[in-house]
Amino acid sequence: MPRRKGAPEVNAGSMADIAFLLLIFFLVTTTIETDAGLDRMLPPIEPPEEDVIIKQKNIFTVNINKNGQLLVEDELMDLKNLRSAATAFLENNADGSCNYCKGRRDAASSDNPTKAIISLKNDRETKYSTYITVQNELVGAYNDLRNREAQRLYNQDFTKMEAEYLNPETPSAIRDDLKDKVKRIQDMFPQKLSEAETSTN
Amino acid sequence: MAKFTKKKDGDLPAVSTASLPDIVFMLLFFFMTVTTMKDSSLLVENTLPNATEIKKLEKKDRVIYIYVGKPTQEYQKVFGTEPKIQLNDKFANVDEVGTYILAERAKKPQELQNVLTTALKVDKNANMGLITDIKQQLREVNALKVNYTTYEGDAFNNLQ
Repeated sequence: MPRRKGAPEVNAGSMADIAFLLLIFFLVTTTIETDAGLDRMLPPIEPPEEDVIIKQKNIFTVNINKNGQLLVEDELMDLKNLRSAATAFLENNADGSCNYCKGRRDAASSDNPTKAIISLKNDRETKYSTYITVQNELVGAYNDLRNREAQRLYNQDFTKMEAEYLNPETPSAIRDDLKDKVKRIQDMFPQKLSEAETSTN
Repeated sequence: MAKFTKKKDGDLPAVSTASLPDIVFMLLFFFMTVTTMKDSSLLVENTLPNATEIKKLEKKDRVIYIYVGKPTQEYQKVFGTEPKIQLNDKFANVDEVGTYILAERAKKPQELQNVLTTALKVDKNANMGLITDIKQQLREVNALKVNYTTYEGDAFNNLQ
């Protein structure tokens, strides 16, 4: 009579190793989803105490109509040129008080970056996607200039420094160090982007 | 009888499965930590626009969400196809945004009440009129920090 044998048992000793391997793989590849977007501050509802007089040449007006066309400083402009136009306006430096600007020092444009204001107006029927694109380009103009200065002073991008500064996981020692640097760059090109009330016509 | 119980030479000893629960627990904890709960189901279409100059929204507990978009297919019969605002789980009118923000703010701990951000998740086909009204409402309740939530991508793709 032949001897009966059960099926040979499979060696499962390496199962744990496989499981751990998978676990580590997922740990490394999974990123916890965080929302991201354009941060903006709305103007407070109370008007300021005293009226601030702003020279017309310090305001860069951007108007978006309902068809998504741009009127920049009373001239029709393609969206692709907006970033460079905004950059040129911000660092124009007409009064010469900004020693890090590389602008054309056009007397008809902004005095210096701390005075330059971008005013964004839109129609009620403007599409949201167009609005976001314009916002993105304007913020991009600020970021380009800030990056340039951050590269010159600290050899790294401003956006990277800011992200690291805002990241709660960054050790506080590094954060304190970054705080002054980020503040300094922000003061060089303060973001003055006014969102005026929408025109109704 | 001894013939049946006798162990044969060369047989591998059975693997101990005592550590299996540990492994399972570890996996469990892993998934528990990475899973984010969706707290409200979307009633509106919500294809966000793209942008490049984005900042991450850290700390979820400091964010109030407002969704805007065209109602989804099943709600279009009742609510039409014009973009609507969704607060929590229901559709709302513009004038309810202010009270919603105040109510949400009151739910948060005291120390966070001044650092809240309002995340506007707006469908890219919405019109600015509605957004402007929301912005006006937000200004009235002094919720000035907003984040236009977007996907990361070339902003010029929005225009197509």
